[in-house]
Amino acid sequence: MRELIKGRISSFQTLGTLDGPGVRFVAFLQGCPLRCVCCHNPETWDKNGGTQYTAKEVVERAERYKEYFGKEGGITLSGGEPLLQADFVTEVFRLAHEKGINTCLDTSGCIINEKTEELLDYTDYCLLDIKYTTDREYRQYVGCGLNNPLEFLERLNNKKIPCRIRQVIIEGLNDSTDNIKRLAEIIKKYPSIEKTELLAFRKLCVSKYQKLGMSFPLANTPETPQFKIKLLEEKLAEILKEE
Amino acid sequence: MEHSNWNGFKTGVWQDEINVRDFIQKNYTEYKGDDSFLKGATKRTKELMGRLNSLFELERQYGGVLDIDTETVSSLTAYAPGYIDKDKELIVGMQTNRPLKRGVNPFGGIRMARQACEAYGYKLSDKLESEFKYRTTHNDGVFRAYTEEMRLARRSHILTGLPDAYGRGRIIGDYRRVALYGIDKLVAEKKKDKAALAEGNFGADEIKLDEELFQQIAFLGYMKEMAAMYGFDISEPASNAKEAIQWTYFAYLAAIKEQNGAAMSLGRVSTFFDIYIERDIKNGVLTEGTAQELIDDFVMKLRIARHLRTPDYNELFGGDPMWITESVGGMGEDGRTLVTKNSFRILNTLYTLGSSPEPNLTVLWSNSLPEGFKKFCAKVSCDTDSIQYENDDLMRPIYGDDYAIACCVSAMKIGKQMQFFGARCNLPKLLLLAINGGVDTTSGIHIGPQMGVMESEVLDYKEVKARLDKYIEWVARLYVNTMNVIHYMHDKYAYEKSQMALHDTDVHRFMAFGVAGLSVIADSLSAIKYGEVRPIRDENGFITEFETVGEFPKFGNDDDRVDLIAKELTHQMITELRKTPTYRNAEHTLSALTITSNVMYGKNTAATPDGRPAGAPFAPGANPMHNREENGALASLNSVAKLSYDDCRDGISNTFSITPDTLGRTAEERVNNLVSVLDGYFAKMAHHININVLNRETLIEAYNDPTAYPNLTIRVSGYAVNFHKLSREQQREVISRTFHEAM
Repeated sequence: MRELIKGRISSFQTLGTLDGPGVRFVAFLQGCPLRCVCCHNPETWDKNGGTQYTAKEVVERAERYKEYFGKEGGITLSGGEPLLQADFVTEVFRLAHEKGINTCLDTSGCIINEKTEELLDYTDYCLLDIKYTTDREYRQYVGCGLNNPLEFLERLNNKKIPCRIRQVIIEGLNDSTDNIKRLAEIIKKYPSIEKTELLAFRKLCVSKYQKLGMSFPLANTPETPQFKIKLLEEKLAEILKEE
Repeated sequence: MEHSNWNGFKTGVWQDEINVRDFIQKNYTEYKGDDSFLKGATKRTKELMGRLNSLFELERQYGGVLDIDTETVSSLTAYAPGYIDKDKELIVGMQTNRPLKRGVNPFGGIRMARQACEAYGYKLSDKLESEFKYRTTHNDGVFRAYTEEMRLARRSHILTGLPDAYGRGRIIGDYRRVALYGIDKLVAEKKKDKAALAEGNFGADEIKLDEELFQQIAFLGYMKEMAAMYGFDISEPASNAKEAIQWTYFAYLAAIKEQNGAAMSLGRVSTFFDIYIERDIKNGVLTEGTAQELIDDFVMKLRIARHLRTPDYNELFGGDPMWITESVGGMGEDGRTLVTKNSFRILNTLYTLGSSPEPNLTVLWSNSLPEGFKKFCAKVSCDTDSIQYENDDLMRPIYGDDYAIACCVSAMKIGKQMQFFGARCNLPKLLLLAINGGVDTTSGIHIGPQMGVMESEVLDYKEVKARLDKYIEWVARLYVNTMNVIHYMHDKYAYEKSQMALHDTDVHRFMAFGVAGLSVIADSLSAIKYGEVRPIRDENGFITEFETVGEFPKFGNDDDRVDLIAKELTHQMITELRKTPTYRNAEHTLSALTITSNVMYGKNTAATPDGRPAGAPFAPGANPMHNREENGALASLNSVAKLSYDDCRDGISNTFSITPDTLGRTAEERVNNLVSVLDGYFAKMAHHININVLNRETLIEAYNDPTAYPNLTIRVSGYAVNFHKLSREQQREVISRTFHEAM
């Protein structure tokens, strides 16, 4: 009765357009081992929170929106950290495939174990965060090493799973040209990466932290202006074009 | 029959009978490409539009009405020809002798004409007052026949917005007939019909129709006279694209000079015009640039159409709308698309002339539409918030492939079907009336079955529903009878002579009923069923407020428990309405559409069990209540899609606002995602959607500073408005609506 495996879910978004290709049904899974300083979803950290759903229930929900998915869209499991509930994710994706629904994993790539291979067998697309480009920064601002996402990228590459790299640009932390250069080095190594998105750091989540009685570590950091993102994007494109 | 002006057209039965559809099917050219062929505005167009824009600004400065001719009764030939700039105009004709000057049409009621003049600082002339002193208007007739109960239903706002003090509208003349056949042929056909009528039994129904035919023929003659005043002879078919547009426009102009109906819709002219344009391009008469110019000029004429309205009317239908609805696109019954290059050109006017609420551009969406057209529509929506979409795959099997939309969501076969418009019944108020056993607590009026206030401490669903069933039964009969009075009198005193002359003589009639506050009553019943609702009584023992505790499912979250309550209510409503016979055997239909009257209906309704406070606006049309959607936009769309078009054949209106960032990161992503959303929504057999892609902040800025965005257009409920033309109250309601947004 694999389809009765339960997972903890924080919330659903029926119209996701920023969470993978096309229009997507997104389930935000509950629980995350990381504590990124810029995290927008602190309500998803607690591993025991959220509401429990079976894999079958989640796919049945997604199926109600199948008509909207078009050629590219489908289901995205995001979080929290979906890899924390690998069995559940695998089962949701397996059932989604049975129903002809495209699957997308939105992850930090921080957990790799014996379950990863099977999970990736049912993954059509991946959104992977490369939050910083040095191991030191990763340990300081994320809570794991840079080797984790890189190894995850390796696995995606081996399985030829197309993926999109995302990095939130935060002033004073990773808005340097050096960072972009290092990011470009990573991108060059993995043909699976079909797109890189640099995202502006924003503070829409402050009220969430307040509600939870927590302090937002970057409360005093300014939001990243869009022009800065554009400059860095151009820089990145330029470096990638060079070779 | 042959005619030299038809040279180059493929032959068909359309030559021997009045059959515009056959002409289109035999002659149109599908277009499956993208928008890259389109041309921009010419210098002439820009100059003329510049002149119009300054007139619009002047109109705004004058409080919304630039000028009124208080001396003349509006009719086809009452005014000297008017122009914007005679030498520059390609298509001519104006409602009065000057642009934006409004005519007076007292046939609906002299009191309303008087009030409307006074509202803008004018006085209806003594000449008109005395002319109408001994004349019965539609309004007079209705109030002679209204029963006491009808008056009370109206005064307590249970039935409200009824077309008893304004023209009913929602009739689409097949204006294309004038272009294709010329007036003389149309007169000859009507004369034949009239002669045939006298050959059978000549009872009351036939005599009535016979007199109507007499009037239709007379008004076809006036159309010719009106055109002659502008120097055109429209007795023969149009010989080229410019004439086809001009002839069609004259026919439409005749209709809006004669009638001030609420919605004066245009029909489906774009693909019809394309046939003439293609022929002219082939003959070297037109180029793409000059073809666009003709359409631009035509659309400018539509943008200056105006009617004089009372303040009461503006409360119902805010923003000075005309509902010059033009249905664009769709598929043919043979599987070819009805999209032509001219479908693109008419949408392109939102770029060549800037965004605008009129004409009310309505895309008939099908999953089979060419991708290029789908993407262009989505792009126009993202850029202008000026178009609406309706499900061609849902309507085509019912109405064929030559139907059009009247007003917002009312489908009808062009020239073959018409409707008797009937506003709506306030369902949340009906529920409160049932709970209070026949007393409307806001007005103090006793009406409906008298059965005493409900006594329980906590409202019991079964008990409430059993009561509501009785009140629905009661109101349905009253509603049909009230409509019968209104339309009997409208036919008698304000019959649409020009428009009906452009219909088949044997016309199919709909009687269009409506409901307001669907999501409020659905959520209220859900609260009673799944939560705990304790009624709070006032000093007289009437229930005026509720204490609602516990979770209950709310419409707009794709939750069948409440969505099916809404669906079953509309089914129940139409089933009850069908039990009472209609005037002229019209077919009963139902809509979930409110225009902007959701604000006014809410204002007149006490607190409801769903937690909505007294006086707060309802959601428009079939929309879920604002900000009760918890699972995102598609869940909201799915809830509305569950309402059945079989129950609501007069349309199910949904207004959808989404922020650009939520729709996608880049312009291209937004277009592709919007196409997916529309494909999905309509595959669910949903009927209608207004699309706004904008940020709430923009509206707030426009609210605070009306000069910041003078041309800000927004879709509200089956139509679009210039935001600044809404009342402050209506503006606040639009701002408070759900903007789908992902964080």
